[in-house]
Amino acid sequence: MGDRTEALRNRVRGAFETGTPLSIEGGGSKRFFGRRPAGEPLAIGDHRGIVNHEPSELVLTVRAGTPVGETQAALAEHNQWLPFDPPRHDPASTIGGVVACALSGPTRPWTGAVRDFVLGTRIVNGRGDVLSFGGEVMKNVAGYDVSRLMAGALGTLGVLLEVSFKLLPRPARDRTRVFEMSAGDAILRLSGWARSPHPILGAFHDGDRLHLRLGGSEPAVAEAAERLGGEAGDGAVWETLRDHRLPFFADDGPPLWRLSVPAHVPPFDVPGSTVIDWGGAQRWVRSDAPESVLRSTAAAAGGHAVCFRGGDRERPFHPLDEGIAGLHARLKAAFDPGRILNPGRLYDGL
Amino acid sequence: MSNSTAPGIDERPRAVRRRELAAELLTFLPRESVLTEPEELRPFECDGLTVYRRLPMLAVLPDRVEDVQRIVRAAAAQGVPVVARGAGTGLSGGALPLEDGLLLSLAKFSRILELDPDRRLARVEPGVRNLAISEAADPHGLYYAPDPSSQIACSIGGNVAENSGGLHCLKYGLTVHNVLEVKVVDIEGRLLTLGGESLDAPGYDLLALITGSEGMLGVIVEVTVRLLPKPETARVVLAAFDDLGRAGDAVAKVMASGVIPAGLEMMDSPAIRAAEDFAHCGYPTDAAAILLCELDGTEAETAAQLEEIRVVLEGAGATRLKVARDEAERARFWLGRKSAFPAVGRISPDYYCIDGTIPRKRLAEVLKRMRQLSAEYGLDVANVFHAGDGNLHPLILFDANQPGEIERTEEFGGRILEICVEVGGTVTGEHGVGVEKLDQMCVQFPAHELEQFHAIKRAWDPRGLLNPGKAVPTLNRCAEFGAMHVHRGNLPFPEIERF
Repeated sequence: MGDRTEALRNRVRGAFETGTPLSIEGGGSKRFFGRRPAGEPLAIGDHRGIVNHEPSELVLTVRAGTPVGETQAALAEHNQWLPFDPPRHDPASTIGGVVACALSGPTRPWTGAVRDFVLGTRIVNGRGDVLSFGGEVMKNVAGYDVSRLMAGALGTLGVLLEVSFKLLPRPARDRTRVFEMSAGDAILRLSGWARSPHPILGAFHDGDRLHLRLGGSEPAVAEAAERLGGEAGDGAVWETLRDHRLPFFADDGPPLWRLSVPAHVPPFDVPGSTVIDWGGAQRWVRSDAPESVLRSTAAAAGGHAVCFRGGDRERPFHPLDEGIAGLHARLKAAFDPGRILNPGRLYDGL
Repeated sequence: MSNSTAPGIDERPRAVRRRELAAELLTFLPRESVLTEPEELRPFECDGLTVYRRLPMLAVLPDRVEDVQRIVRAAAAQGVPVVARGAGTGLSGGALPLEDGLLLSLAKFSRILELDPDRRLARVEPGVRNLAISEAADPHGLYYAPDPSSQIACSIGGNVAENSGGLHCLKYGLTVHNVLEVKVVDIEGRLLTLGGESLDAPGYDLLALITGSEGMLGVIVEVTVRLLPKPETARVVLAAFDDLGRAGDAVAKVMASGVIPAGLEMMDSPAIRAAEDFAHCGYPTDAAAILLCELDGTEAETAAQLEEIRVVLEGAGATRLKVARDEAERARFWLGRKSAFPAVGRISPDYYCIDGTIPRKRLAEVLKRMRQLSAEYGLDVANVFHAGDGNLHPLILFDANQPGEIERTEEFGGRILEICVEVGGTVTGEHGVGVEKLDQMCVQFPAHELEQFHAIKRAWDPRGLLNPGKAVPTLNRCAEFGAMHVHRGNLPFPEIERF
């Protein structure tokens, strides 16, 4: 427990010299995600702890193996949070895993994504060099933004050691309103609301009802609840949704797809059931339909599809255009010339 | 100068190379889009950092993306480096031409291609001015949030290349937080789309990587920005302090209060007086420092937050608080801040703007050390800064006509940036490295990090033809610089040969 930087660096350096692939593992809660892990496990779960939290600076630096729950609890003591509200699909979920997989919770369209709150990172690249980028300040344009590049790279560009985040105060008031309406009506209604600055922090449709989360200052939330209407709802639903504990997400059943699309697009006509999150911008679909159907549906709407859990592990992520795929390969080589860090976890060949 | 390394040495005289490339470009561009004469090239000799000037070998002003692709291919085929330029308002020399290079102006790309209030986005060409986007969105009750002080003139392509900030990024983020999609032409002349209209894209976050990359990775030819609904109301409070350090501490107290101001700006006494003389904005000229704190939201919300902030500022020792009574007074308070640079330009023959960022809690200490340095160098400093972000803009006042003053000013500026790094900050918060802060990059980053930056550059541009010599110093340059500046007793880059 604590600072395992030296040990991790030595492991990666040794693996680089011998050409041994490593499979980076934090809490082990996301083995289901992406292509199949391959290589010797590189455990970072012991590399944990909060390195620096300055409440008045609104900055947190935390080791990658620190559990998400522990982190949020420490921040809550100071009435602060990571506003992208990272999911905890498992209590073991770590900060490193959340950043590597770029997972943001239901607040994402209104607060910003993981990458929007990343201020700095410390990583080990594929040569075994420990590198620091960004820092603990709000604005920093010295050098390329390597820190944000780490978000969603699935560990294929570097082993995350530490991440610095921008924090915000928790909303003073948090209320949930519920509206009986179809998914199509919900999308139209949300589109209209988005034209005005309402303090919305969440909007999801469970198939029958729209749940709307209002969060912000006391007067702003009270005013919005009055203006937007609806019935009082249960605020606990947001955690249940965030952590995939709704019955919809149960382990049995067809593969779970995530369609990331522009929010205004009407509901899709695909076989299976759908939960709409992110005010329309993230659609969870349980479907046995062929991959091509889901991919073309998302692409036609201007988005992309991820086979999130339970489907084909060969190609979970949306195929890249040729020019973009070439850049990926060259960036991979720039960070990890020996292709030892989570090889093949994101795309074949990376 | 090790920063002007033109790759692929071509021994033929420049005039021959210029004639050859111009001939090739004129096969698909009209004569008026290809500039080769010194008097035509003069307007491109510098950007907003006017101490560095250089004429490019030639300048090109296309107005179609296909032509940008062909220009880049033609230049690359002849091994000619390409420097992209937007409105030329950058403050770090990022658009400084190369003598053997092609200057690619994107000024003619000035159309708003699409503005959709329902999808809350605008798709624009790179030469569109920052403010023009908000003006076009205004009838729909929407706006584009990042508002650099130069927003009346600066272009969106340059904003993306520099990851520009502004007065309101404390609450609404930087350029990187407000851009959905960017189209770039890479050095092979391919058109690549990074990001998209959905909230994320598959694969690596190349949109984040291109933002702030200072023209080193690709030429930005189209930008889609997110528009936000305009807040119902905005109020600003001006707080005066009789001590600079106390004002610095007040910033930390505001930030810890739980209220996130839309903007939190600070000015010191020389800046206050210059701005008041210039803009007659109602600033207290006897104050040692003022804070401008803007709150926005609904009427009721803003009123409640204003009350909270008032208590915090009084508790922090403000000697006077003035809430702008109406929109006109609010605009006047901001006018003073926004015209601080030209105002300082009136009290001094020249000034040099620094852009370091520090952790907010170190503000009072850094200001004190800056005052000591000011005395040591015999050069006055006026301070205006984005206090909420910890982003300092000390303006060093000097006279370029006095022998040695430019050099003293640059050295003083470099020392300030080194203090920023020492206290855990950065050499540039929003202006970019360009050619200006290459030496200070050596102070901020060890060799391995710089090598990683160069590897990223090579992944996009293996021959180093896009804006070469900017943003990231070569290790040799750092070794040279390091030989002069021993940092905290450690000689940087011990593994590199010295000259």
